[in-house]
Amino acid sequence: MLSIKNLQVKLEDEDKQILKGVDLEVEAGKVHAIMGPNGSGKSTLSYVLSGKGGYEVTGGSATLGDIDLLDMEPEERAAAGLFLAFQYPVEIPGVGNMTFLRTAVNAQRKARGEEEMSAAEFLKVVRAKAKDLKIDAEMLKRPVNMGFSGGEKKRNEILQMAMLEPKMCILDETDSGLDVDAMKLVAEGVNALRTEGRGFLVITHYQRLLDHIKPDVVHIMANGRIVKTGGPELALEVENNGYADILAEVA
Amino acid sequence: MADAALKTDTTEAMIASLSMPTATWAQPAREDALTRLRSMGLPERRDEYWKFTRPDTLTQVAAPKATALADDDAPMFDGVDRLRIVFVDGVFDAEASDDLRLEGITIERLAAADSDLHWAKGVYGVLEANGQTPVARPLAALNTAFATDGVLIHVTGKPSKPVNVIYIHKSDTSDVILHSCIKMDAGAEMTLLENGAAAARFNHVLEVEIADGASFHHIRSQGRDHERRAATHIFTRLGAESAFRSFTMTMNGQLTRNDCVIELTGDDAIAHVAGACVGDGDFHHDDTIFITHDAVNCNSRQVFKKVLRNGAVGVFQGKILVKAGAQKTDGYQISQSLLLDGDSQFLAKPELEIYADDVACSHGSTSGAIDEDALFYLRSRGVSEVEATNLLTLAFLAEAVDEIAHEDLREDMTARLGAWLTRRRG
Ligand SMILES: Nc1ncnc2c1ncn2[C@@H]1O[C@H](COP(=O)(O)OP(=O)(O)OP(=O)(O)O)[C@@H](O)[C@H]1O
Ligand SMILES: [Mg+2]
Repeated sequence: MLSIKNLQVKLEDEDKQILKGVDLEVEAGKVHAIMGPNGSGKSTLSYVLSGKGGYEVTGGSATLGDIDLLDMEPEERAAAGLFLAFQYPVEIPGVGNMTFLRTAVNAQRKARGEEEMSAAEFLKVVRAKAKDLKIDAEMLKRPVNMGFSGGEKKRNEILQMAMLEPKMCILDETDSGLDVDAMKLVAEGVNALRTEGRGFLVITHYQRLLDHIKPDVVHIMANGRIVKTGGPELALEVENNGYADILAEVA
Repeated sequence: MADAALKTDTTEAMIASLSMPTATWAQPAREDALTRLRSMGLPERRDEYWKFTRPDTLTQVAAPKATALADDDAPMFDGVDRLRIVFVDGVFDAEASDDLRLEGITIERLAAADSDLHWAKGVYGVLEANGQTPVARPLAALNTAFATDGVLIHVTGKPSKPVNVIYIHKSDTSDVILHSCIKMDAGAEMTLLENGAAAARFNHVLEVEIADGASFHHIRSQGRDHERRAATHIFTRLGAESAFRSFTMTMNGQLTRNDCVIELTGDDAIAHVAGACVGDGDFHHDDTIFITHDAVNCNSRQVFKKVLRNGAVGVFQGKILVKAGAQKTDGYQISQSLLLDGDSQFLAKPELEIYADDVACSHGSTSGAIDEDALFYLRSRGVSEVEATNLLTLAFLAEAVDEIAHEDLREDMTARLGAWLTRRRG
């Protein structure tokens, strides 16, 4: 589903190469996890896939199904089914969370030639999904992410994901800042979306999230490359021994 | 001294081109205003108070041409049950206006109020004259001397609906001077709605005397005409525990100078003045505010937001003067511009002058572009770049629009600003 081949990315304004040839294949229905030391390029990969400015692709490709992602605007990638749960969700003063969600849902529907969701239907769906994630109605009324705690922001990302029903979900450290119970809620939210047709790329530092969202494949990223790929046991190895052994092994 | 001579020439040429309406109770006030005008002279570029705005098209004898826009929007305030008073290029339109009788309020027209014992004597030109120090406002004196019409409203109670003065602009060359006075008795309440471009060139003065415990709401929209020029002044004086709330929306207009002069003279009074303007291209919009705190425990608030693109220019000059003894003053001022491209400009001069020691005053002025991170966040959720930019722009304006207490009107203003943004896509 998501196919990344030899992806090379540098900063636009600086002569700094960040991704140095990333190869990654996420199949429909599978959950892949990426782990890796701070600064190895995990977030950069997620940003480049979703179309954030400031980066320059110097080589390689990234496709979603048969669509070339790198050629498209961020909103087109979203409409094509790509979703990124941000490591640092952005606060937007003055834009109501509900307005935002509804605009997003309908923009994507429109882009795909589908009918817009009515206000009443939208409200019903969003309330139900918010309830599952223990996001209260008052929070939905507030401006996007404004005054949300770290954990609330992360839950709000998952709510957006649940509303948008993307094909390919990238979660960048969605577990950081979550308490134990919130982690379970978020994992349940993700697991509820696990279907045949949907792929996940879960970026995390901790095994704990992977206890709840069982990955099919685990990758280790270091210095702008995927240096090792394995099964769930790879995450356990990292949890127990850190990265030193793995990095030494591939060096 | 060539400058002074030039100033005199400009002023005398303007005076010679106008004729003072026939003598009524307002005659002495008009004569006084004329004297004031002669001693001040019309504004010039060199005047400190006009540093950011060229006054020449406001002071030249003939109004520059301005085509009237065929407005396809739903009429402003249409959803509100209101008493309408219509002026077309400054001329009262009786047909289009409602019956001026309404309980709790008496409404007359300046041009028709010829009774010698008129209450408006205590307001007409009085607040304007009062507002000439410490800064001269010659265009307002010109207005008092030569205004051809306007509304005189005496509010004795709490009228059941707002008064809506509608200024329709039809002629390309109309040059209009209107002057309105409002006297709010103790405990009275009213909402004044004003809308329309009014004329090719519009000089408007609104004087509002607010007695103890009275409350005045003002919501104004200055039309959508592109070429029209306007110089407006609001002068208000507030008694104890009274409230003044004014919001102005401006879309387009080659030149707009909105002065607002507020004097808090009674304890525990509240004055809120806000503005949201959007301009694209040949647009120059100047908000000049002067708030004087001369009583204890008063609250004043200024919230001005400007969205500028394509060479548009925004100006804000805002001053809070806290006189000695005006303790427990709470003064807040914010002026911000959102520059949608690199061509636009925002010029701001916020000022505080404080002679009391127990006060809380804050002011801030910023100028910036759309937040890239917020834009990307919205786009990553599938919202198009244009729509995301519009959402963020409306969010920027919201702090000013939120000053409107009436929810429906707030939503209506937001919708109109949104429509303006949509029309200017790309
Ligand atoms: N816009 C930028 N400007 C400067 N440096 C950047 C920028 N974006 C990324 N980098 C650098 O690229 C490297 C990779 O950063 P990235 O955020 O992708 O790491 P990460 O693997 O997500 O780290 P973490 O685990 O701490 O979240 C870092 O050295 C970072 O400082
Ligand atoms: Mg990261």
